[in-house]
Amino acid sequence: MNSAVPLFRMEGISKRYGGVRALEKAELSVEAGSIHAILGENGAGKSTLIKVMSGVVAPDEGRMTLDGREVTFASPAAANQAGIVCIFQELSLIPELSVADNIVISDPPKRFGMIDRRAQRRIAEDALARAGAGDIHPLALVKDLPLSRRQMVEIAKALARKPRILILDEATSALTAADVSKIFGVLKRLRSEGLALLYISHRMNEIAELADQCSVFRNGRNVASYKAGSKSDNEVVELMIGREYSHIFPPKTADMPSGAAPRLEARKLSWADRLDNISLTVRAGEVVGLGGLDGQGQRELLLAFFGVLRGLSGEVLIDGKPVVISSPAAARKDGIGMALIPEDRKTEGLMLPMTVRENLSFAALDRLAKGGIIDRAAEQRLIDDMVGLLAIKTAGLDVPVGALSGGNQQKVVIAKWLMRQPRIILLNDPTRGIDVGTKQEIYQLMRKLADAGAAILFYSTDYDELIGCCDRVLVLYDGAVKRELVGAEITERALIASALNIHGEESPVGLGADT
Amino acid sequence: MKDWRYWLTEQRGTLLALGIFIVMFVIYTSNHPAGFTANVVQTAANKGVLLAFVAMAQTLVVITSGIDLSVGMIFLLTNCLASWLVVGTPTQTALGVLAVLAVGLLCGAINGAIVIYGRLQPIVATIATGAVYYGIGLLLRPFPGGSVNEDLADALTGRVFGVVPASLVVLLAIVLVIWVPFSRSVLGRAAYAAGSSETAAYMSGVPIRRGKFAAYTLAGLLASIGGLFLTFFTYTGEAAYASGNSYTLFSIAAVVLGGVSLFGGKGSAIGAIFGALAFRTIGDLLFVFDFDPLWQPLFQGVILLVAVSLGAFALFRVRNRLEWFL
Repeated sequence: MNSAVPLFRMEGISKRYGGVRALEKAELSVEAGSIHAILGENGAGKSTLIKVMSGVVAPDEGRMTLDGREVTFASPAAANQAGIVCIFQELSLIPELSVADNIVISDPPKRFGMIDRRAQRRIAEDALARAGAGDIHPLALVKDLPLSRRQMVEIAKALARKPRILILDEATSALTAADVSKIFGVLKRLRSEGLALLYISHRMNEIAELADQCSVFRNGRNVASYKAGSKSDNEVVELMIGREYSHIFPPKTADMPSGAAPRLEARKLSWADRLDNISLTVRAGEVVGLGGLDGQGQRELLLAFFGVLRGLSGEVLIDGKPVVISSPAAARKDGIGMALIPEDRKTEGLMLPMTVRENLSFAALDRLAKGGIIDRAAEQRLIDDMVGLLAIKTAGLDVPVGALSGGNQQKVVIAKWLMRQPRIILLNDPTRGIDVGTKQEIYQLMRKLADAGAAILFYSTDYDELIGCCDRVLVLYDGAVKRELVGAEITERALIASALNIHGEESPVGLGADT
Repeated sequence: MKDWRYWLTEQRGTLLALGIFIVMFVIYTSNHPAGFTANVVQTAANKGVLLAFVAMAQTLVVITSGIDLSVGMIFLLTNCLASWLVVGTPTQTALGVLAVLAVGLLCGAINGAIVIYGRLQPIVATIATGAVYYGIGLLLRPFPGGSVNEDLADALTGRVFGVVPASLVVLLAIVLVIWVPFSRSVLGRAAYAAGSSETAAYMSGVPIRRGKFAAYTLAGLLASIGGLFLTFFTYTGEAAYASGNSYTLFSIAAVVLGGVSLFGGKGSAIGAIFGALAFRTIGDLLFVFDFDPLWQPLFQGVILLVAVSLGAFALFRVRNRLEWFL
């Protein structure tokens, strides 16, 4: 390690969200004139780390020093002032304003109290040129630009703020290859100008090309810091593994039914630039997992099956017969019988102010109604069944569902769909933010439903869950299926390696290490 | 090189409103028995500027993706107040005008404070404050009455150089003194940013609260300028509930016609002014074609519906159906 005072240092930083610890006594030193890569799997604490650094969240404990002096940031603006600028994964651009407006947004040049448009234009053109995006017109509206161009504007905006420390969080994920190489040139130049760059990326080849220093995070801690190139990809994956297996999973069904046409099949499914030629099958009785890093098209794939996306190409087959599903209402019809447990239960799964009873019966109303009138007795019977089956803890059926705990809310979402006895169940990260006990119940339930003949497609950001619950796992990367893991091949090592799209010696499909 | 094209895209809403207004106004004057004369223009201008001021006020708030349902009531309240205060010697009159404007500013500031610091929804907050403002107006003028400095009133509702309506000159001056500086200031940009994407604005360190507060406060001021002009035209003050309500609703119509997005972040007060003038001309058109005045609300409604529908075409291009609900 360097003996001089580092430009920026974090010591013993901890942050909890409710009961979940996102950061646990994390340490980090950033040197001027170097590119520091941060690695770690989903939920390892990388995002929280940079949110703390850039003033978005305040840490529960620990201290940060800049040039050896202790600092605290009350807001992103305060961090900017100190010279720490972050390019976030979620874009921070204002869609209705022009590129130039956006670039100078935090500190526009002024003349006589008004914004000096000519100076603004100059600053914007300058920043765009420095970011290697001189082709973007400063007067264009941000909302009219494609995603990759917006990302370039985001980088130009950060540069216009004259940062000392620049944080790039997955900043290249939306970029084209040509832009990435331009940006790399820019980043290297910034490094030689003495900036400190913090680079968060899942792309190992990018890190190999750029980074001087690497830090691996796991369970909210910095588990290793090392000089770039001093460890092999395998060693890095090894460092990233190692979460405790704290969940109890039900036993998997021994032998898979085969022969019959799969319940759900996709052939060459593509959509916009998010889904790329995806083919997959899910048989009745099977739990198929979707793995990979967050945001590689898993969510879009589930939405595509559920009839939410327009302009889909490729084919979807149910029981071997091609179908066109044009809306969620069509997806749940009898011939298809699909259910989607959405990712954000608060907006897509529940009507929070409405009662538990009302929320439970929404999906099944058509079955409970005779001539448009709801049969209250039948409704009550079905609801009682579900509340019993899922052990939903609620003060009563007539309390607003928003008053329930996260775990119980999620059970209501699941129960709502089970009331229709779906034949195909799509789950989008259903255990995010719920307690361990409820998680276990959901695992048991999934297996029970599969054993009863449902076909289950299950996306999770938690690798343990994929390992514990799934018969097969498809790993997505950049909207395409990169690898299929079956049975004993589903290990944390294989999941992480294929999620990072590393072509190591243990990657070839069908070569289980432990069998 | 193609700067002007970007400018054109940005001003599309405003230019469309201008186009609609010109077409309607040409039809109107060419069918008017007197034709395109200074008198006809003056009358139309005087009716138009009232709504124009209230629509400008509405624009400022709508840009922040809020809505101000109290603008019509501030307009009435300041009308009632002006019928007491804007009288007497030139000095007294001037002080009266300042007092009326200060009250408008205060009403707007109260709205802003409640919405921003009280975190109430704009629609609820401004319905409530609007009722309060109306109530005060009613106490000031239980019955129509009062008076105004007629020299000032006649000067501001008459003609400059015998041809240009003075009310239009004042409107232009207000645009230059209030709207242009606001739209080019940091606060104005903050108002736009907050309306377009409040999270992104926050993450970029934009002074969202001050921007929104400025928008609400200036909205109150603009509505009070409208109230002053109402007094100048009528020489009296009147707490007419129905009139306050219809000004509020028409201001929203004018804003939409003027290309200001109700989702916030987009549009200009100049567009809203043309929207207001166009909306007023619709009523006059019916008059020159000898339609029964009973048809006016229906006709205005249809025009508004058509104008609003134009803005919905973008939804046909959405590829992820969940974006319909954003």
